[in-house]
Amino acid sequence: MARTKRRGRRSTTIVGLYLVAPYAVYLAIVYAVPIIQGVRISLLDYVYAAPGASVSQPFIGLKNYREALSDPLLRRSFLNILEFLAINVPLTVALGLTLAAVLARLTRMKTFFRSAFFVPYVTASIAVIGVWYFLFSQSGLINHIWTPNPSWLVNSKLAMVVIALEVTWKQLGFYVLLYLAGVLLIPDSLYEAASIDGAGVVRQFRAITVPAVRNVTVLVTTLALIVGANVFTEPLLLTNGGGPNGASMSPALLIYQKGVEQGQPGVGAAMGILLTLFVLLVAGAGRAVQWAVQRSEDRAGERAGERAAERGGGTVEEVPA
Amino acid sequence: MSRILKRLTTYGFVMLGALASIFPLYYMVVGSFQLRTDSAFSGLIPHPGNLGLANYRDINKAIPLLRALSNSAVFTLGTVVLTIVIGLPAGYALARLRFPGKATVSAGLILVLVLPFQVMMIPLYILVVRDYGLADSYLGMILPFAVNATAVLIFRQFFVSLPDELFDAAHIDGASELRTLILVAAPLTKPAIITASVITFIGPWNEFLWPFLITKKHDMQPLAVALGEYVSNNAAKAANPYGVILAGSCVLAVPVIALFLIAQRHFTSAAPGSGVKE
Repeated sequence: MARTKRRGRRSTTIVGLYLVAPYAVYLAIVYAVPIIQGVRISLLDYVYAAPGASVSQPFIGLKNYREALSDPLLRRSFLNILEFLAINVPLTVALGLTLAAVLARLTRMKTFFRSAFFVPYVTASIAVIGVWYFLFSQSGLINHIWTPNPSWLVNSKLAMVVIALEVTWKQLGFYVLLYLAGVLLIPDSLYEAASIDGAGVVRQFRAITVPAVRNVTVLVTTLALIVGANVFTEPLLLTNGGGPNGASMSPALLIYQKGVEQGQPGVGAAMGILLTLFVLLVAGAGRAVQWAVQRSEDRAGERAGERAAERGGGTVEEVPA
Repeated sequence: MSRILKRLTTYGFVMLGALASIFPLYYMVVGSFQLRTDSAFSGLIPHPGNLGLANYRDINKAIPLLRALSNSAVFTLGTVVLTIVIGLPAGYALARLRFPGKATVSAGLILVLVLPFQVMMIPLYILVVRDYGLADSYLGMILPFAVNATAVLIFRQFFVSLPDELFDAAHIDGASELRTLILVAAPLTKPAIITASVITFIGPWNEFLWPFLITKKHDMQPLAVALGEYVSNNAAKAANPYGVILAGSCVLAVPVIALFLIAQRHFTSAAPGSGVKE
């Protein structure tokens, strides 16, 4: 065995291979093989056969993809994710960052508040669905506050809204922690300098906190997209199998219905791959928007900086993120 | 004056957020003990005349809770043990050793974290249920969760953060990499193991989709699956459907919340470095 010289991390050693091998095998069996298998199945007329029986599974090209794309429920489910994101992302970013910024300033009861926000995140979806089912039921508490009763869970306009609110509420604590880690890294001196310059709390938040945690925001929106694309239990149980006419149908639920319940694994696998492409597309579009926003912000910051320099004073916008 | 006002607004704001965060869980507990469902405002406060364990008795009749809880426990603990046994050495190797294929495994680890599960759902179902014949088995449940990627990442970050001096000392003393891992690094990893275990625990305990796909026998279903099926199939038949569902929800939620609150104070003390004298 190679004796390590001076620093452990600098030398190549075969031991590393032994230590990592079980994990590498696991990744291959549970991830690599199914992904390759998924692409293969999506191109076959795959039929579930009784164990031991051999059935022909002819190659049928892109027929499964054509069938998947012509399914109006697939389009509906993609639109539903976009609706989910339109509610979930702004709420998550706004509430998550504000709560984290405030939490970072607290001197007392920090642990209490952090736990309070995190508890919904560790609670099982099924348990959370149980309460929301109760809260939003026809005679539920929400309908005692909100009149007239819009039949939340069976209303084709509201089914997805309730799901988006439920998931946002459940996940928020996790995002608060991500933001909190980012906010705590911002040096106090930035805020001190800003307040000497006369910037108020809101201005400090916009000029220092928001740009400083930009990377966290990118992470949060990406994770929100993945969570949104994976929603399964809520449409199945909260809105009774995807809502009226697929109003809250999610891609994961549709893949399950096609691939397992209706015995068309080829179409289900094709939908899985289409959904992955869709997620990558939305993530790419999101990055492009973020990049454009950042650029225009930077330009605005430069202009403000120049104007301030002409006046002979510094502004908080000059502070680098 | 403005200082106090600022303080008050700050605490008022987080207090409001915390209440919104906790309220549904409080409501879950209160509702689970109500003998008659009271969904009006009066139901927000428990009334002694309307409290009892009937809902818990009913959910236990519909879903044998002990059986369901032990299925959840085997599924969850199996995942936690495998994550530590396989993930800890992998995290160590990825953090501190150089070996062929390291970049590939590192890339795989990150990829797994962002991969949407649906792309795998059908092929994994076919592989586990049809090819491996693992339907209605603990192994089949555990397999896709066996090594939690976030936990491996936590282990890797932890070993990266350990000071080099610690390892140099061991190497100078002539310890091999394996001995260094077992004698020097492993004893320091307690905080990382606690954090990784809690994070890993949450996943399978709360998971619905995968065990729902592969367990058709009721006596193999974890509690989350059994409760989910109860919600969609049988709840309407119960005398007090909401109360029974909420009782099941409490049984499912309480162990994880308790574990989280107990383990929580260890999370912050995950700072290593106590093994090195400055």
